Amino acid sequence: MFRTSSLPACTGVGFKPAHFRDILAAPQPVGFFEVHAENYMGAGGPPHAQLGALRERYALSVHGVGLSIGAMRPLDQDHLERLKVLCDRYAPESFSEHLAWSSHDDIYLNDLLPLPYTQQTLARVAEHIDQVQTALGRQMLLENPSTYICFSESTIPEVDFLAEISKRTGCGLLLDINNVFVSAKNHGTQPLPYLDSFPLDRVKEIHLGGHDEETDDAGAPLLIDSHGSPISEAVWTLYAHVIARTGAIATLIEWDNDVPDWPTLRAEAVTAQNILSDASRASAA
Amino acid sequence: MHASFETSFADALLNADRPIPCGITAHNAAVPARRFAVYRNNVVVGLGKALKARFPAVEKIVGEEFFAAMARVFVTEQPPRSPLLATYGDSFPAFIAAFEPARELPYLADVSRLEAARTRSYHAADATPVGGDHFAALDADAVGDIRIKMHPSAEVVRSAYPIVTIWAMNSGEQELAPIEDWRGEDAVIARPYLEVEVRALPPGGAAFLLALAAGRRLGEAAEAALADDPHFDLTCNLAGLIGSGLVRDIVFPEPKSCQQP
Repeated sequence: MFRTSSLPACTGVGFKPAHFRDILAAPQPVGFFEVHAENYMGAGGPPHAQLGALRERYALSVHGVGLSIGAMRPLDQDHLERLKVLCDRYAPESFSEHLAWSSHDDIYLNDLLPLPYTQQTLARVAEHIDQVQTALGRQMLLENPSTYICFSESTIPEVDFLAEISKRTGCGLLLDINNVFVSAKNHGTQPLPYLDSFPLDRVKEIHLGGHDEETDDAGAPLLIDSHGSPISEAVWTLYAHVIARTGAIATLIEWDNDVPDWPTLRAEAVTAQNILSDASRASAA
Repeated sequence: MHASFETSFADALLNADRPIPCGITAHNAAVPARRFAVYRNNVVVGLGKALKARFPAVEKIVGEEFFAAMARVFVTEQPPRSPLLATYGDSFPAFIAAFEPARELPYLADVSRLEAARTRSYHAADATPVGGDHFAALDADAVGDIRIKMHPSAEVVRSAYPIVTIWAMNSGEQELAPIEDWRGEDAVIARPYLEVEVRALPPGGAAFLLALAAGRRLGEAAEAALADDPHFDLTCNLAGLIGSGLVRDIVFPEPKSCQQP
Protein backbone atom coordinates (compact mmCIF):
# COMPACT_ATOMS: atom_id res chain seq x y z
CA MET A 1 0.00 0.00 0.00
CA PHE A 2 1.23 3.49 -0.81
CA ARG A 3 2.28 5.83 1.90
CA THR A 4 0.08 8.90 1.44
CA SER A 5 1.42 12.41 1.50
CA SER A 6 1.01 13.75 5.05
CA LEU A 7 2.55 17.17 5.66
CA PRO A 8 1.22 18.98 8.75
CA ALA A 9 -1.42 21.61 7.90
CA CYS A 10 0.81 24.56 8.78
CA THR A 11 3.43 26.71 7.07
CA GLY A 12 6.80 25.54 5.84
CA VAL A 13 9.80 27.19 4.25
CA GLY A 14 12.07 26.18 1.38
CA PHE A 15 15.37 25.39 3.09
CA LYS A 16 18.49 27.33 2.11
CA PRO A 17 21.87 26.30 3.59
CA ALA A 18 22.60 29.98 4.36
CA HIS A 19 19.85 29.84 7.01
CA PHE A 20 20.98 26.62 8.67
CA ARG A 21 22.59 28.18 11.75
CA ASP A 22 19.71 30.60 12.34
CA ILE A 23 17.16 27.83 11.99
CA LEU A 24 18.90 25.54 14.46
CA ALA A 25 19.64 28.31 16.96
CA ALA A 26 16.05 28.35 18.26
CA PRO A 27 12.69 26.67 17.71
CA GLN A 28 11.09 28.22 14.61
CA PRO A 29 7.43 29.04 13.94
CA VAL A 30 7.55 26.65 11.00
CA GLY A 31 5.94 23.24 10.65
CA PHE A 32 8.10 21.77 7.90
CA PHE A 33 10.98 22.41 5.55
CA GLU A 34 11.10 21.60 1.87
CA VAL A 35 14.27 20.77 -0.06
CA HIS A 36 15.00 20.26 -3.74
CA ALA A 37 15.73 16.56 -4.12
CA GLU A 38 18.59 17.04 -6.59
CA ASN A 39 20.66 19.02 -4.04
CA TYR A 40 20.86 15.95 -1.78
CA MET A 41 21.98 13.29 -4.21
CA GLY A 42 25.70 13.48 -3.47
CA ALA A 43 27.32 10.75 -1.40
CA GLY A 44 27.96 12.78 1.76
CA GLY A 45 29.19 16.10 3.10
CA PRO A 46 27.43 19.14 4.57
CA PRO A 47 24.18 18.77 2.55
CA HIS A 48 23.36 15.46 4.23
CA ALA A 49 24.63 16.61 7.63
CA GLN A 50 22.27 19.61 7.46
CA LEU A 51 19.30 17.69 6.10
CA GLY A 52 19.73 15.03 8.79
CA ALA A 53 19.70 17.70 11.52
CA LEU A 54 16.60 19.38 10.04
CA ARG A 55 14.83 16.06 9.61
CA GLU A 56 15.30 15.28 13.32
CA ARG A 57 13.46 18.48 14.27
CA TYR A 58 10.88 19.16 11.53
CA ALA A 59 8.56 17.49 9.08
CA LEU A 60 10.12 17.26 5.61
CA SER A 61 8.94 17.71 2.05
CA VAL A 62 11.18 16.50 -0.78
CA HIS A 63 10.48 18.44 -3.96
CA GLY A 64 11.98 17.16 -7.20
CA VAL A 65 12.90 19.45 -10.08
CA GLY A 66 14.67 17.05 -12.44
CA LEU A 67 12.51 14.00 -13.13
CA SER A 68 10.97 15.39 -16.34
CA ILE A 69 7.59 13.74 -15.78
CA GLY A 70 6.00 15.74 -18.61
CA ALA A 71 8.41 14.48 -21.27
CA MET A 72 7.41 11.90 -23.89
CA ARG A 73 10.67 10.01 -23.38
CA PRO A 74 10.77 7.31 -20.70
CA LEU A 75 11.62 8.37 -17.14
CA ASP A 76 15.31 8.30 -16.26
CA GLN A 77 15.45 5.11 -14.18
CA ASP A 78 18.77 6.10 -12.57
CA HIS A 79 17.22 9.33 -11.40
CA LEU A 80 14.15 7.53 -10.10
CA GLU A 81 16.45 5.20 -8.15
CA ARG A 82 18.27 8.22 -6.67
CA LEU A 83 14.90 9.63 -5.57
CA LYS A 84 14.04 6.31 -3.97
CA VAL A 85 17.34 6.24 -2.05
CA LEU A 86 16.70 9.79 -0.82
CA CYS A 87 13.10 9.10 0.21
CA ASP A 88 14.07 5.84 1.92
CA ARG A 89 16.85 7.61 3.82
CA TYR A 90 14.88 10.62 5.08
CA ALA A 91 11.29 9.26 5.02
CA PRO A 92 9.80 12.66 4.11
CA GLU A 93 6.13 13.37 4.81
CA SER A 94 5.72 14.29 1.16
CA PHE A 95 7.35 13.94 -2.25
CA SER A 96 6.31 16.25 -5.08
CA GLU A 97 7.29 16.99 -8.67
CA HIS A 98 6.15 19.22 -11.54
CA LEU A 99 3.82 18.99 -14.50
CA ALA A 100 6.70 19.90 -16.80
CA TRP A 101 9.63 18.45 -18.70
CA SER A 102 13.27 19.33 -18.17
CA SER A 103 15.32 16.77 -20.07
CA HIS A 104 15.49 15.88 -23.73
CA ASP A 105 17.42 12.90 -25.08
CA ASP A 106 20.26 12.86 -22.59
CA ILE A 107 20.43 16.64 -22.13
CA TYR A 108 19.23 18.21 -18.90
CA LEU A 109 17.79 21.64 -19.70
CA ASN A 110 17.45 22.83 -16.09
CA ASP A 111 14.09 24.52 -16.53
CA LEU A 112 10.48 23.48 -15.99
CA LEU A 113 9.26 23.45 -19.59
CA PRO A 114 5.59 23.45 -20.60
CA LEU A 115 3.76 20.68 -22.45
CA PRO A 116 0.67 20.65 -24.63
CA TYR A 117 -2.42 19.25 -22.91
CA THR A 118 -3.78 16.45 -25.11
CA GLN A 119 -5.10 12.92 -24.57
CA GLN A 120 -1.68 11.69 -25.69
CA THR A 121 0.30 13.74 -23.16
CA LEU A 122 -2.23 13.00 -20.45
CA ALA A 123 -1.77 9.25 -20.93
CA ARG A 124 2.01 9.66 -20.90
CA VAL A 125 2.11 11.77 -17.73
CA ALA A 126 -0.27 9.37 -15.96
CA GLU A 127 1.99 6.47 -16.95
CA HIS A 128 5.04 8.29 -15.57
CA ILE A 129 3.31 9.11 -12.29
CA ASP A 130 2.28 5.47 -11.89
CA GLN A 131 5.93 4.51 -12.31
CA VAL A 132 7.08 7.09 -9.75
CA GLN A 133 4.51 6.07 -7.15
CA THR A 134 5.27 2.38 -7.68
CA ALA A 135 9.04 2.93 -7.45
CA LEU A 136 8.84 5.12 -4.35
CA GLY A 137 6.04 3.16 -2.70
CA ARG A 138 4.28 6.40 -1.91
CA GLN A 139 1.77 8.89 -3.23
CA MET A 140 3.34 11.85 -4.99
CA LEU A 141 2.02 15.38 -5.44
CA LEU A 142 1.97 16.99 -8.87
CA GLU A 143 2.43 20.77 -9.12
CA ASN A 144 0.63 23.05 -11.58
CA PRO A 145 3.12 25.01 -13.72
CA SER A 146 3.68 28.68 -14.42
CA THR A 147 3.78 29.18 -18.18
CA TYR A 148 4.68 31.90 -20.68
CA ILE A 149 3.34 30.32 -23.88
CA CYS A 150 0.46 28.15 -25.09
CA PHE A 151 0.28 25.35 -27.66
CA SER A 152 -2.05 25.28 -30.62
CA GLU A 153 -2.40 21.49 -30.22
CA SER A 154 -3.68 21.69 -26.61
CA THR A 155 -7.25 20.42 -26.29
CA ILE A 156 -7.69 20.06 -22.52
CA PRO A 157 -7.86 22.92 -20.00
CA GLU A 158 -5.02 22.73 -17.46
CA VAL A 159 -7.34 22.26 -14.48
CA ASP A 160 -9.12 19.35 -16.20
CA PHE A 161 -5.77 17.85 -17.16
CA LEU A 162 -4.56 17.92 -13.54
CA ALA A 163 -7.88 16.63 -12.20
CA GLU A 164 -7.86 13.70 -14.63
CA ILE A 165 -4.21 12.84 -13.82
CA SER A 166 -5.04 12.82 -10.13
CA LYS A 167 -8.12 10.68 -10.72
CA ARG A 168 -6.28 8.15 -12.89
CA THR A 169 -3.16 7.80 -10.72
CA GLY A 170 -4.31 8.66 -7.21
CA CYS A 171 -1.60 11.30 -6.96
CA GLY A 172 -2.25 14.36 -4.85
CA LEU A 173 -1.91 17.89 -6.19
CA LEU A 174 0.41 20.68 -5.17
CA LEU A 175 -1.33 23.97 -5.86
CA ASP A 176 1.13 26.78 -6.54
CA ILE A 177 -0.99 29.91 -6.23
CA ASN A 178 1.75 32.18 -7.55
CA ASN A 179 1.92 29.95 -10.65
CA VAL A 180 -1.86 30.28 -11.06
CA PHE A 181 -1.60 34.06 -10.86
CA VAL A 182 1.44 34.27 -13.18
CA SER A 183 -0.12 31.99 -15.82
CA ALA A 184 -3.49 33.74 -15.71
CA LYS A 185 -1.92 37.18 -16.18
CA ASN A 186 0.32 35.85 -18.96
CA HIS A 187 -2.53 34.24 -20.87
CA GLY A 188 -5.11 36.97 -20.38
CA THR A 189 -7.35 34.84 -18.16
CA GLN A 190 -8.55 35.17 -14.56
CA PRO A 191 -7.05 33.32 -11.60
CA LEU A 192 -10.27 33.05 -9.59
CA PRO A 193 -12.24 30.87 -12.03
CA TYR A 194 -9.15 28.67 -12.34
CA LEU A 195 -9.00 28.25 -8.56
CA ASP A 196 -12.75 27.75 -8.27
CA SER A 197 -12.67 24.90 -10.78
CA PHE A 198 -9.48 23.36 -9.31
CA PRO A 199 -10.02 19.98 -7.60
CA LEU A 200 -9.19 21.42 -4.17
CA ASP A 201 -10.06 18.15 -2.42
CA ARG A 202 -6.95 16.67 -4.07
CA VAL A 203 -4.64 19.45 -2.84
CA LYS A 204 -2.17 18.32 -0.15
CA GLU A 205 0.19 21.29 -0.30
CA ILE A 206 0.18 24.91 -1.43
CA HIS A 207 3.18 26.87 -2.73
CA LEU A 208 3.51 30.65 -2.41
CA GLY A 209 6.35 32.62 -3.98
CA GLY A 210 7.26 35.91 -5.59
CA HIS A 211 7.32 36.86 -9.27
CA ASP A 212 8.92 39.53 -11.46
CA GLU A 213 7.46 41.50 -14.32
CA GLU A 214 8.85 41.83 -17.84
CA THR A 215 7.24 42.81 -21.13
CA ASP A 216 5.91 40.45 -23.80
CA ASP A 217 5.83 40.66 -27.62
CA ALA A 218 2.78 42.94 -27.58
CA GLY A 219 4.29 45.27 -24.99
CA ALA A 220 2.01 43.87 -22.28
CA PRO A 221 3.27 42.81 -18.84
CA LEU A 222 4.72 39.29 -18.72
CA LEU A 223 5.04 37.83 -15.23
CA ILE A 224 8.08 35.68 -14.51
CA ASP A 225 7.96 32.97 -11.83
CA SER A 226 11.29 34.02 -10.32
CA HIS A 227 10.99 33.15 -6.61
CA GLY A 228 13.20 36.11 -5.85
CA SER A 229 10.93 38.59 -4.05
CA PRO A 230 8.15 38.83 -1.45
CA ILE A 231 4.78 37.26 -2.21
CA SER A 232 2.55 39.80 -3.96
CA GLU A 233 -0.64 41.20 -2.41
CA ALA A 234 -2.72 39.64 -5.19
CA VAL A 235 -1.32 36.19 -4.41
CA TRP A 236 -1.98 36.61 -0.67
CA THR A 237 -5.59 37.50 -1.51
CA LEU A 238 -6.01 34.42 -3.70
CA TYR A 239 -4.42 32.31 -0.97
CA ALA A 240 -6.87 33.57 1.66
CA HIS A 241 -9.69 32.82 -0.81
CA VAL A 242 -8.53 29.22 -1.24
CA ILE A 243 -7.91 28.62 2.47
CA ALA A 244 -11.35 29.99 3.34
CA ARG A 245 -12.77 27.24 1.13
CA THR A 246 -10.49 24.36 2.05
CA GLY A 247 -9.48 24.99 5.65
CA ALA A 248 -5.84 24.70 6.68
CA ILE A 249 -3.47 23.05 4.16
CA ALA A 250 0.32 22.69 4.38
CA THR A 251 1.69 25.88 2.82
CA LEU A 252 5.23 26.50 1.64
CA ILE A 253 7.03 29.82 1.22
CA GLU A 254 9.43 29.54 -1.74
CA TRP A 255 12.29 32.02 -2.10
CA ASP A 256 15.09 30.61 -4.25
CA ASN A 257 16.86 33.64 -5.75
CA ASP A 258 18.23 36.75 -4.02
CA VAL A 259 17.56 34.80 -0.82
CA PRO A 260 16.80 37.17 2.08
CA ASP A 261 17.92 36.76 5.69
CA TRP A 262 16.11 34.23 7.84
CA PRO A 263 13.93 36.75 9.78
CA THR A 264 12.53 38.11 6.47
CA LEU A 265 11.67 34.65 5.25
CA ARG A 266 10.27 33.63 8.61
CA ALA A 267 8.02 36.73 8.56
CA GLU A 268 6.48 35.51 5.27
CA ALA A 269 5.82 32.15 6.90
CA VAL A 270 4.17 33.86 9.88
CA THR A 271 1.89 35.84 7.53
CA ALA A 272 0.76 32.59 5.92
CA GLN A 273 0.36 30.94 9.31
CA ASN A 274 -1.96 33.75 10.44
CA ILE A 275 -4.20 33.10 7.44
CA LEU A 276 -4.18 29.37 8.22
CA SER A 277 -4.96 29.98 11.88
CA ASP A 278 -7.86 32.32 11.00
CA ALA A 279 -9.30 29.58 8.80
CA SER A 280 -8.95 27.01 11.59
CA ARG A 281 -10.70 29.33 14.07
CA ALA A 282 -13.48 30.09 11.57
CA SER A 283 -14.13 26.40 10.95
CA ALA A 284 -14.10 25.66 14.71
CA ALA A 285 -16.58 28.48 15.44
CA MET B 1 3.83 14.24 -32.60
CA HIS B 2 4.85 15.53 -29.21
CA ALA B 3 8.26 13.80 -29.11
CA SER B 4 9.54 15.52 -32.27
CA PHE B 5 8.03 18.71 -30.95
CA GLU B 6 10.18 18.38 -27.84
CA THR B 7 13.23 18.01 -30.08
CA SER B 8 12.54 21.26 -31.92
CA PHE B 9 11.73 22.99 -28.62
CA ALA B 10 14.97 21.81 -26.99
CA ASP B 11 17.05 22.73 -30.07
CA ALA B 12 15.58 26.22 -30.13
CA LEU B 13 16.35 26.67 -26.43
CA LEU B 14 20.05 26.06 -26.86
CA ASN B 15 20.42 27.78 -30.25
CA ALA B 16 19.21 31.36 -30.09
CA ASP B 17 19.40 31.71 -33.90
CA ARG B 18 16.85 28.91 -34.48
CA PRO B 19 13.26 30.07 -35.05
CA ILE B 20 10.84 29.24 -32.27
CA PRO B 21 8.98 25.98 -32.95
CA CYS B 22 5.66 25.95 -34.81
CA GLY B 23 2.58 25.51 -32.68
CA ILE B 24 3.72 27.84 -29.90
CA THR B 25 1.14 30.54 -29.40
CA ALA B 26 0.11 33.40 -27.16
CA HIS B 27 -3.24 35.14 -26.80
CA ASN B 28 -1.75 38.44 -27.96
CA ALA B 29 1.01 37.51 -30.44
CA ALA B 30 1.23 35.31 -33.53
CA VAL B 31 4.91 34.46 -32.95
CA PRO B 32 5.63 35.00 -29.24
CA ALA B 33 9.41 35.30 -29.53
CA ARG B 34 9.87 37.31 -26.35
CA ARG B 35 7.85 34.80 -24.39
CA PHE B 36 9.90 31.93 -25.77
CA ALA B 37 13.02 33.91 -24.87
CA VAL B 38 12.07 33.56 -21.18
CA TYR B 39 12.69 29.81 -21.48
CA ARG B 40 15.92 30.36 -23.43
CA ASN B 41 17.10 32.73 -20.75
CA ASN B 42 16.11 30.38 -17.93
CA VAL B 43 18.11 27.55 -19.49
CA VAL B 44 21.26 29.40 -20.52
CA VAL B 45 21.45 31.87 -17.62
CA GLY B 46 20.41 29.20 -15.11
CA LEU B 47 23.17 26.84 -16.20
CA GLY B 48 25.62 29.75 -16.23
CA LYS B 49 24.67 30.41 -12.60
CA ALA B 50 25.38 26.78 -11.74
CA LEU B 51 28.90 27.20 -13.18
CA LYS B 52 29.34 30.51 -11.37
CA ALA B 53 28.46 28.78 -8.10
CA ARG B 54 31.01 26.05 -8.75
CA PHE B 55 33.84 28.26 -10.09
CA PRO B 56 33.74 31.49 -8.05
CA ALA B 57 37.53 32.07 -8.10
CA VAL B 58 37.63 31.70 -11.89
CA GLU B 59 34.86 34.28 -12.10
CA LYS B 60 36.74 36.61 -9.74
CA ILE B 61 39.87 36.33 -11.91
CA VAL B 62 38.21 37.00 -15.27
CA GLY B 63 35.35 39.23 -14.10
CA GLU B 64 31.59 38.71 -14.22
CA GLU B 65 31.10 39.71 -17.83
CA PHE B 66 33.88 37.54 -19.26
CA PHE B 67 32.78 34.60 -17.13
CA ALA B 68 29.15 34.91 -18.23
CA ALA B 69 30.20 35.00 -21.89
CA MET B 70 32.53 32.02 -21.46
CA ALA B 71 29.85 30.09 -19.55
CA ARG B 72 27.32 30.81 -22.29
CA VAL B 73 29.55 29.21 -24.91
CA PHE B 74 30.23 26.20 -22.69
CA VAL B 75 26.54 25.75 -21.83
CA THR B 76 25.46 25.70 -25.46
CA GLU B 77 28.36 23.44 -26.53
CA GLN B 78 28.24 21.08 -23.55
CA PRO B 79 24.85 21.20 -21.82
CA PRO B 80 24.52 18.96 -18.73
CA ARG B 81 23.78 15.27 -19.14
CA SER B 82 22.43 14.86 -15.62
CA PRO B 83 19.96 16.70 -13.38
CA LEU B 84 22.63 16.71 -10.66
CA LEU B 85 23.97 20.20 -11.28
CA ALA B 86 26.65 19.85 -8.60
CA THR B 87 28.47 17.63 -11.09
CA TYR B 88 27.98 20.00 -14.02
CA GLY B 89 31.24 21.52 -15.18
CA ASP B 90 33.61 18.58 -14.69
CA SER B 91 34.69 19.26 -18.27
CA PHE B 92 34.81 23.06 -17.82
CA PRO B 93 38.59 23.03 -17.08
CA ALA B 94 39.35 21.28 -20.41
CA PHE B 95 37.04 23.76 -22.14
CA ILE B 96 38.84 26.72 -20.51
CA ALA B 97 42.23 25.30 -21.51
CA ALA B 98 41.11 25.42 -25.16
CA PHE B 99 39.12 28.68 -24.92
CA GLU B 100 40.98 31.13 -27.15
CA PRO B 101 39.90 34.38 -25.39
CA ALA B 102 41.32 33.03 -22.08
CA ARG B 103 44.71 32.24 -23.58
CA GLU B 104 46.43 35.12 -21.79
CA LEU B 105 45.65 33.43 -18.46
CA PRO B 106 47.44 30.08 -18.83
CA TYR B 107 46.82 29.21 -15.15
CA LEU B 108 43.04 29.66 -15.39
CA ALA B 109 42.30 26.06 -16.41
CA ASP B 110 44.33 24.70 -13.48
CA VAL B 111 42.56 27.01 -11.01
CA SER B 112 39.27 25.68 -12.41
CA ARG B 113 40.52 22.09 -11.89
CA LEU B 114 41.13 22.97 -8.26
CA GLU B 115 37.63 24.42 -7.93
CA ALA B 116 36.02 21.41 -9.65
CA ALA B 117 37.86 19.14 -7.21
CA ARG B 118 36.57 21.21 -4.27
CA THR B 119 32.94 20.50 -5.26
CA ARG B 120 33.59 16.79 -5.70
CA SER B 121 35.28 16.75 -2.31
CA TYR B 122 32.34 18.62 -0.74
CA HIS B 123 29.88 15.98 -1.93
CA ALA B 124 32.14 12.92 -1.50
CA ALA B 125 31.24 10.08 0.85
CA ASP B 126 31.82 10.74 4.56
CA ALA B 127 34.50 8.74 6.37
CA THR B 128 36.33 9.19 9.66
CA PRO B 129 40.05 9.66 8.95
CA VAL B 130 42.59 7.43 10.67
CA GLY B 131 44.34 9.26 13.51
CA GLY B 132 48.07 9.60 14.16
CA ASP B 133 47.99 7.00 16.95
CA HIS B 134 47.47 4.24 14.38
CA PHE B 135 50.71 5.23 12.70
CA ALA B 136 52.60 5.55 15.98
CA ALA B 137 51.64 1.96 16.79
CA LEU B 138 53.05 0.61 13.51
CA ASP B 139 56.02 -1.72 13.50
CA ALA B 140 58.90 0.34 12.03
CA ASP B 141 60.10 -2.58 9.85
CA ALA B 142 56.67 -3.05 8.32
CA VAL B 143 55.91 0.57 7.50
CA GLY B 144 57.31 0.38 3.97
CA ASP B 145 54.95 -2.47 3.13
CA ILE B 146 51.67 -0.89 4.19
CA ARG B 147 49.22 0.52 1.69
CA ILE B 148 47.08 3.58 2.34
CA LYS B 149 43.42 3.79 1.43
CA MET B 150 42.91 7.48 0.78
CA HIS B 151 39.96 9.41 2.16
CA PRO B 152 37.08 9.46 -0.38
CA SER B 153 37.15 13.26 -0.48
CA ALA B 154 40.88 13.56 -1.27
CA GLU B 155 42.08 14.75 -4.68
CA VAL B 156 45.41 16.00 -5.98
CA VAL B 157 45.69 18.74 -8.61
CA ARG B 158 49.18 19.37 -10.04
CA SER B 159 50.08 22.60 -11.76
CA ALA B 160 53.02 24.43 -13.31
CA TYR B 161 51.45 27.63 -11.86
CA PRO B 162 50.98 28.81 -8.26
CA ILE B 163 47.32 27.71 -8.27
CA VAL B 164 46.90 27.37 -4.53
CA THR B 165 48.07 30.94 -3.97
CA ILE B 166 46.02 32.26 -6.90
CA TRP B 167 42.93 30.39 -5.70
CA ALA B 168 43.41 31.59 -2.09
CA MET B 169 43.77 35.22 -3.23
CA ASN B 170 40.60 35.00 -5.32
CA SER B 171 38.42 33.25 -2.79
CA GLY B 172 38.95 35.51 0.20
CA GLU B 173 41.36 33.09 1.92
CA GLN B 174 44.36 35.33 1.38
CA GLU B 175 44.86 39.00 0.58
CA LEU B 176 45.21 39.86 -3.10
CA ALA B 177 48.86 40.82 -3.77
CA PRO B 178 51.52 40.36 -6.46
CA ILE B 179 52.95 36.82 -6.34
CA GLU B 180 56.72 37.29 -5.90
CA ASP B 181 57.59 33.59 -5.91
CA TRP B 182 55.92 32.49 -9.16
CA ARG B 183 56.36 28.72 -9.29
CA GLY B 184 54.25 25.62 -9.77
CA GLU B 185 52.11 24.43 -6.89
CA ASP B 186 50.48 21.04 -6.40
CA ALA B 187 47.28 21.07 -4.36
CA VAL B 188 45.62 18.47 -2.20
CA ILE B 189 41.91 19.01 -1.68
CA ALA B 190 40.12 17.03 1.03
CA ARG B 191 37.15 17.15 3.38
CA PRO B 192 38.04 14.92 6.33
CA TYR B 193 35.04 16.28 8.25
CA LEU B 194 32.63 19.02 7.08
CA GLU B 195 35.01 21.69 5.76
CA VAL B 196 36.78 21.33 2.43
CA GLU B 197 40.48 22.12 2.89
CA VAL B 198 42.95 23.12 0.18
CA ARG B 199 46.69 22.83 0.83
CA ALA B 200 49.83 23.30 -1.24
CA LEU B 201 51.89 20.11 -1.17
CA PRO B 202 55.60 19.99 -0.31
CA PRO B 203 58.13 18.83 -2.96
CA GLY B 204 57.30 15.33 -4.22
CA GLY B 205 54.08 15.34 -2.19
CA ALA B 206 51.78 15.02 -5.19
CA ALA B 207 53.72 12.08 -6.65
CA PHE B 208 53.67 10.46 -3.18
CA LEU B 209 49.90 10.83 -2.74
CA LEU B 210 49.12 9.77 -6.31
CA ALA B 211 51.27 6.63 -5.91
CA LEU B 212 49.51 5.80 -2.63
CA ALA B 213 46.09 6.44 -4.20
CA ALA B 214 47.08 4.09 -7.04
CA GLY B 215 47.60 1.32 -4.44
CA ARG B 216 51.41 1.34 -4.28
CA ARG B 217 53.10 0.32 -1.03
CA LEU B 218 54.34 3.18 1.15
CA GLY B 219 57.99 2.35 0.37
CA GLU B 220 57.29 2.35 -3.36
CA ALA B 221 55.35 5.59 -3.09
CA ALA B 222 58.30 7.23 -1.30
CA GLU B 223 60.63 6.07 -4.11
CA ALA B 224 58.27 7.47 -6.73
CA ALA B 225 58.17 10.77 -4.84
CA LEU B 226 61.98 10.94 -4.62
CA ALA B 227 62.21 10.26 -8.34
CA ASP B 228 59.74 13.09 -8.93
CA ASP B 229 61.59 15.52 -6.68
CA PRO B 230 64.88 14.84 -4.85
CA HIS B 231 63.79 17.24 -2.09
CA PHE B 232 61.00 14.86 -1.05
CA ASP B 233 60.94 14.50 2.77
CA LEU B 234 59.15 11.36 3.93
CA THR B 235 58.67 12.43 7.55
CA CYS B 236 57.17 15.77 6.61
CA ASN B 237 54.88 14.16 4.02
CA LEU B 238 53.72 11.42 6.38
CA ALA B 239 52.91 14.04 9.01
CA GLY B 240 50.92 15.97 6.38
CA LEU B 241 49.14 12.82 5.22
CA ILE B 242 47.96 12.05 8.75
CA GLY B 243 47.51 15.61 10.00
CA SER B 244 45.34 16.59 7.03
CA GLY B 245 43.06 13.60 7.57
CA LEU B 246 43.82 12.10 4.17
CA VAL B 247 43.96 8.49 5.36
CA ARG B 248 40.78 6.43 5.28
CA ASP B 249 42.46 3.20 6.26
CA ILE B 250 45.83 1.48 6.63
CA VAL B 251 46.08 -1.80 4.76
CA PHE B 252 48.68 -4.26 6.06
CA PRO B 253 50.47 -6.86 3.96
CA GLU B 254 48.75 -9.56 6.04
CA PRO B 255 44.98 -9.70 5.80
CA LYS B 256 44.36 -7.54 8.85
CA SER B 257 43.35 -3.92 8.90
CA CYS B 258 42.33 -1.20 11.27
CA GLN B 259 39.13 -0.19 9.50
CA GLN B 260 37.39 2.63 11.28
CA PRO B 261 33.93 1.96 12.69
